[in-house]
Amino acid sequence: MAQVTAPSPARPVEVELRPAPPVDLGRAARLGLIGGVAMVLVAATGIVGTFQTRLLIDPILPLGLLFLYLLAFAFGWMAGKPPAALEGFAPARANSRNLVAGALAGALGGLCVGVLAALMSTFDLRGVFVQLSPQLLEILTFGLPLGAAIIAIVAISAVAGAIGAGVHLLPIRLKRSLLPALVWVMMFALFTDLVGQLFAGLSAEFLTDFLFTGRGGALTIVGAITVFIVVFVAYWLLGGRETTLRGRIEAMPRGQRTRFSLIAAAVILIILWFVPKVMGPFVSQVLDTAGIYLLMALGLNIVVGYAGMLDLGYVAFFAVGAYTGAILTSPQSPAFTPQLLLIVAIPFVMIAAALAGLMVATPVIRMRGDYLAIVTLGFGEIARILFNSEWLAPIFGGAQGITNIPDLRIGPLQLSTPQDYFYPIFLVVLIAAYVTYALQNSRWGRAWMAMREDESVAEAMGVNVVTAKLSAFVVGAVLASFGGALFGAQIGSVFPHSFDIVVSVTVLVIIIVGGMGSVPGVALGALVLIVLPNLLREFSQYQFLFYGVLLIVMMLTKPEGFIPSKRRAQELHADELSQDAWLDIYGDKPTTDATTTEPPR
Amino acid sequence: MSEAISVPARPIRSASRVTPVTIFLWGLRIAALAVILYGSYQSISSGRLSGAQWRDLLIFGTSTGSVFALIALGYTMVYGVLRFINFAHGEVFMVGAMMAFYVANGLAATSLWIASPFVSLLIVFIAAMTTSASLAVLLERIAYRPLRNAPRLIPLITSIGASFTIQYLVSGLVGPSTKDFPRMEPLRGTINVAGSLIPTSRVVVIVVTVIVMIALYLFVERTRTGKSMRAVSEDQETAALMGIDVNRTIVTVFAVGGAMAGVAGALWGLVFPSLNYFSGFLPGIKAFTAAVLGGIGNILGAMLGGVSLGVVESIGPSLVLAGYDIPAFSQLKDVVAYAALVMVLIFRPTGILGERLSRDRT
Repeated sequence: MAQVTAPSPARPVEVELRPAPPVDLGRAARLGLIGGVAMVLVAATGIVGTFQTRLLIDPILPLGLLFLYLLAFAFGWMAGKPPAALEGFAPARANSRNLVAGALAGALGGLCVGVLAALMSTFDLRGVFVQLSPQLLEILTFGLPLGAAIIAIVAISAVAGAIGAGVHLLPIRLKRSLLPALVWVMMFALFTDLVGQLFAGLSAEFLTDFLFTGRGGALTIVGAITVFIVVFVAYWLLGGRETTLRGRIEAMPRGQRTRFSLIAAAVILIILWFVPKVMGPFVSQVLDTAGIYLLMALGLNIVVGYAGMLDLGYVAFFAVGAYTGAILTSPQSPAFTPQLLLIVAIPFVMIAAALAGLMVATPVIRMRGDYLAIVTLGFGEIARILFNSEWLAPIFGGAQGITNIPDLRIGPLQLSTPQDYFYPIFLVVLIAAYVTYALQNSRWGRAWMAMREDESVAEAMGVNVVTAKLSAFVVGAVLASFGGALFGAQIGSVFPHSFDIVVSVTVLVIIIVGGMGSVPGVALGALVLIVLPNLLREFSQYQFLFYGVLLIVMMLTKPEGFIPSKRRAQELHADELSQDAWLDIYGDKPTTDATTTEPPR
Repeated sequence: MSEAISVPARPIRSASRVTPVTIFLWGLRIAALAVILYGSYQSISSGRLSGAQWRDLLIFGTSTGSVFALIALGYTMVYGVLRFINFAHGEVFMVGAMMAFYVANGLAATSLWIASPFVSLLIVFIAAMTTSASLAVLLERIAYRPLRNAPRLIPLITSIGASFTIQYLVSGLVGPSTKDFPRMEPLRGTINVAGSLIPTSRVVVIVVTVIVMIALYLFVERTRTGKSMRAVSEDQETAALMGIDVNRTIVTVFAVGGAMAGVAGALWGLVFPSLNYFSGFLPGIKAFTAAVLGGIGNILGAMLGGVSLGVVESIGPSLVLAGYDIPAFSQLKDVVAYAALVMVLIFRPTGILGERLSRDRT
């Protein structure tokens, strides 16, 4: 994107900086058309219609249309973004031209929606596109006649786009307070149940009554303004500081840093202790699911994030854990019913998972990259079909699965509700997080990362690639199997259809969004990607669509994830460094051959 | 992607060093061979299926395999120039099939469908080809081009994202229900080929595939564009130095691969008349297997690999699995395909025709 139009090599640049190129209106127009296609798809897949029933702020702001015009906002933001500062150029300043670019992108996006509305009112498209109903047309046109509606749509989109571009014009401190305030209002408006539950758990129902139209109702205008002001003021006061929290922690001396992390860990543990008590069964159930996904993500993080092997059949290990646990504990298991306690069965689950890990890893030792991904995908699908088959039904129960798995019992403690399960799941998650964290700088961890950067070089440097690959797969498999065993016990049954390829991809999305190789990133990823869609019931229908789009967008813009591991971020941005080196040549600065800074392959 | 500075991908595989891994792999090979041989012996000696039934399975396999071969072309050509697996190619195929369904459905309501089936089919094919080709080009432009120089796993992960996006977009746009292809009267009968009756639709599939394959082969070998495609797949940087527009050539590769997937989609509708948003996944994986089996990057290999895989998949369950008295062995049809995939990738990643490409890339 930050393409430089060939600067004239004749003029040496020593002190004087070239003026930054202005915002490209042609690019804005292209972005606007892409945005328009996105907006049309959002309307035609039924997202607008489904979300419309949800009022964000009573009575003015329904979620469906907001979502549509948020796209205009986002594309306006992209179109109005000043070009990245390149070496040899003065930093770009945002001005009214940026606003024009944003408005142009927004207006073109709106025009596409207008065309859709015109088509819908002239033809009946429901024979092919099932969601293009008269109700949707009513929503899109605000009930206005077609001509007026198109003008309104284009105008609103242009304003949304201009606002999006206007974000770049704001002073940084205002921007840092305004955006979080808007996000918090959105959160309060979206997760009314969660917020209500939280206030109820803290016995502060008066807040619910004040902010919302009632228990379980939408946010009121007064409520929205209150939340906005509180958050805005808080961030404004905090925004005066220059450094981020992370920067300050890193600047601390060693002893203080250890103390800080101990205190932080204690606070997190105390909060975790109270979470299920405050949140009630529904949210706890969602959190349990997130915990199980988090456990799998931590395991896959070792295989993909540390060792660099893309495993697309990771769900197979989860399935092995769930089925081993079920067979060993359930009285309904078809072939073999030892009816052990889950605690006693865990070592066997681990052994089974480790064996499965070895079985998958050994044949693929000589493989790398994309072929490895496809082979593991094949193994995962074979496992699912075998668990589902009539042939092995005498052992695994076929499509009926294994039911009646007893609840987890630890000594005298009998767990049954989702709130109870929260503790063992998060205990295992914490242990797993600690283990992966500790492994990162261990001999194994270093071997894995060396292998990820370059397998041949790692081998030449004396890393035993065979052991490293096998160990990564086994550790990953064992972590997933814990998740499987807990999943089976909590749900009370295992069915083959729970172990679909979408589970593998979901776990992959979690670690990519969070940041491959980074434990806090993975935790954040699981929280956002599992908890949010489960809490937003309208959302769950489009969960996988969002995952897919998210994967593409992340890979294109932020392949290192939101909380990246440092080393990986450097690796992924090596080409940007080489781009700067290229500019140096034009700047006549003494530099080595540009090819030496090419990214590692 | 410069080939010149890439290290030899595999450390020298010395014959003298026997590691536990080598022993394990040999054990796996022997075990797989023993399982296949014993199963085949059992089921052939039991005489459960007659000669005619075997022949029907063979024809069934060949026609399904032809469809795989057409999809495999997209994988193989893209891998040839960009060295990455376009995981979303199965979805390109599915979208082509969806388009074919809607066009066929529209035509079936008119008199043209009965009056001149040939013209109707031609329209269906052209619609499916254009749609799939446009989608493939769009994917390249939006998702893959910005990542041309990224580390290898990144475009693969992007293509997984693209695959999910397309699947659930289609599900949202046209609904998740299964669509039934309209029947075409002239295709319901059978044709007498060398004394045996073969369903017409399967003959059409095989004939169309052969025609398209020959056309593609001539295009790649005889035309200027084809020549530049081969040059780019040989060495992108050198090709660019020789004055070939690499970007345009890559777009052409995606378009041609997409068009082939579109033909496959329309043919799929003739053989398996039911279709939903998930229909692209399995054929996509199988076509990838076919591409590797034939030697990835090799167009003739894709044809060979596709037909072999189709035959293995249709005969395999009855030949091997039936020999072990496995109940409901047809459930395990996909296991045979996946096992073939795994075995091919593990033991012969260079494929039957063994292209140089895959040797230094696996």
